[in-house]
Amino acid sequence: MRGLSITRQLRNRLHSTWMWIALVLVIILPFLIGIGLFLKSRLILQDVSLWELLFSSQWKPLSGKFGFFPFIVSSLWVTILSLLIAGPICLLTAIHLTQYADNWVLKIMHPVIDILAGIPSVIYGVWGTLVIVPLISNHIAPLFNTETSGYSILAGGIVLAVMIIPFVLNILIEVFRTVPIELTEASLSVGASKWQTIKFIHIRKAFPGIISAFGLGLSRSFGETIAVLMVVGNVAKIPRGVFEPGYPLPALIANNYGEMLSIPLYDSALMLAAFVLLIVVLIFNLASRVLIVRTERYR
Amino acid sequence: MKRRTIIRTEEIFFRVIMFISSMIIAATLFLIIFSIFYKGLPSLSWDMVSQTPKGGFYFGKEGGILNAIVGSLYLAGGSTFLALVIGLPLALFMNIHLLSKTKWVNAIRFCLDLLWGIPSIVYGAFGFTLMIYFGLKTSLLAGIITVTLFILPIMVRAMDEVIKTIPIGLVEASYSLGSTKSETAYRIFFRQTVPGIVTAILLSFGRAIGDAASVLFTTGYTDHMPTSLLQPTATLPLAIFFQLSVPIREVQNRAYASAAILVFIILLISILSRIFARKFYKNQIK
Repeated sequence: MRGLSITRQLRNRLHSTWMWIALVLVIILPFLIGIGLFLKSRLILQDVSLWELLFSSQWKPLSGKFGFFPFIVSSLWVTILSLLIAGPICLLTAIHLTQYADNWVLKIMHPVIDILAGIPSVIYGVWGTLVIVPLISNHIAPLFNTETSGYSILAGGIVLAVMIIPFVLNILIEVFRTVPIELTEASLSVGASKWQTIKFIHIRKAFPGIISAFGLGLSRSFGETIAVLMVVGNVAKIPRGVFEPGYPLPALIANNYGEMLSIPLYDSALMLAAFVLLIVVLIFNLASRVLIVRTERYR
Repeated sequence: MKRRTIIRTEEIFFRVIMFISSMIIAATLFLIIFSIFYKGLPSLSWDMVSQTPKGGFYFGKEGGILNAIVGSLYLAGGSTFLALVIGLPLALFMNIHLLSKTKWVNAIRFCLDLLWGIPSIVYGAFGFTLMIYFGLKTSLLAGIITVTLFILPIMVRAMDEVIKTIPIGLVEASYSLGSTKSETAYRIFFRQTVPGIVTAILLSFGRAIGDAASVLFTTGYTDHMPTSLLQPTATLPLAIFFQLSVPIREVQNRAYASAAILVFIILLISILSRIFARKFYKNQIK
């Protein structure tokens, strides 16, 4: 370092310092978010027990009753529904794209996945109200002899499924690519057909990765807000079927941003909802990422 | 012989449904874009793009959404810039200064991936608490800060993926000529990966311009153009959201038109990033 001029050394110092600051910022950010939301929601936790907040179904902010149970149940409904729809499609497509697809299919699908991932959630919401909601009320619900406005759990699930498809698909494609080629060669050389190789070797080898891709998709749809809010109906009741309206947790937070300042404890309750969301999503993320690390994504 | 035909049919069956599911995904995208444009383009006019809302806009009177378009560009531009200032050094840092500390780098990547997974509404709520804490009102600045936090992990990870691919020999060559670490970072690594970094920037910009949940609490909403960082701002996603909830047909049609504008911007970004990715790779040493 002796031969360096002072300015070059100084510049190097400055850059390094700034890099360290950026690093520290990113590392403490998750904790900062957690602490910030927790401090805000502590007000209500002092008044009401967490158990009551989470499992009471009374949501009457005006009389100070904050029960999150209907929202949690709605969230679970739409999330699981979306995964049930998106899961098989993603899995099949990922196998198709990594093992079988012709060049022209790949040429179409890469931009398609990219654009799907880039479309803002509000656009998905508009599409949902334009296409999915009428489709459900006019065509799907009559098949099951029910009547609905279309703004329902099912609509939320379908829109969410489309939203998480590019996300889950990208991870799955990466997972299938990490299956070592030697395994395929060995399997083919003992006389297995290509599909048998995929079924018995690839899927088994990639299994932890597949589960974690679904886990990440799950946490994605659990936190998705605007698109769901626009199609799900937003009625604070425990839904009893897919054709009934629901009111997921993120929609609750987003919908009440204006009025919460006038009622005591209201903003604290909403921040608690955000905190719960954060914790659930973090747990799912953590578990899935650990699983992915196990399958050697970070080598 | 019979067993073989069963295996064969099974394979064909699965190939067919796999192909179908791929095509379903592609068809869905085209359906989305088609339905937005089909509904939005008829009510899209030059007034929509070139004027701010006039009085009675929400009752179907004249005016446009210029304020939201400009607000969105300010917000996305500002936060992308801020995220770049924090994110680029970090991405370079991870790949140069921490080159030999793989465990550390993996821990940071893990941390960033976790941040990526946090829903934008949580960032919005956090931004709101920050805003209250610092005594800010709903403003462009509060929105920019929130969105920066939201897109930062996306940007850093995208850059990291590109920078990671640079061969280690390049670092060694650079050091052996007497460069400092920062010179290696910015003159060698940065220059090598410009196309990838531009793509990462565009990706984050697209995220920033399209997200509604994170700005819902923080930017506020107004019919005027923002003239300073401390004023509230309208954004396109929120404009769409609010117009759609007005039960007047004309206003709803404007929401569809605004949605068409937003989709157009997103498609433009996607095409641009593709062009960039292709055009600048010629500078790269492989």
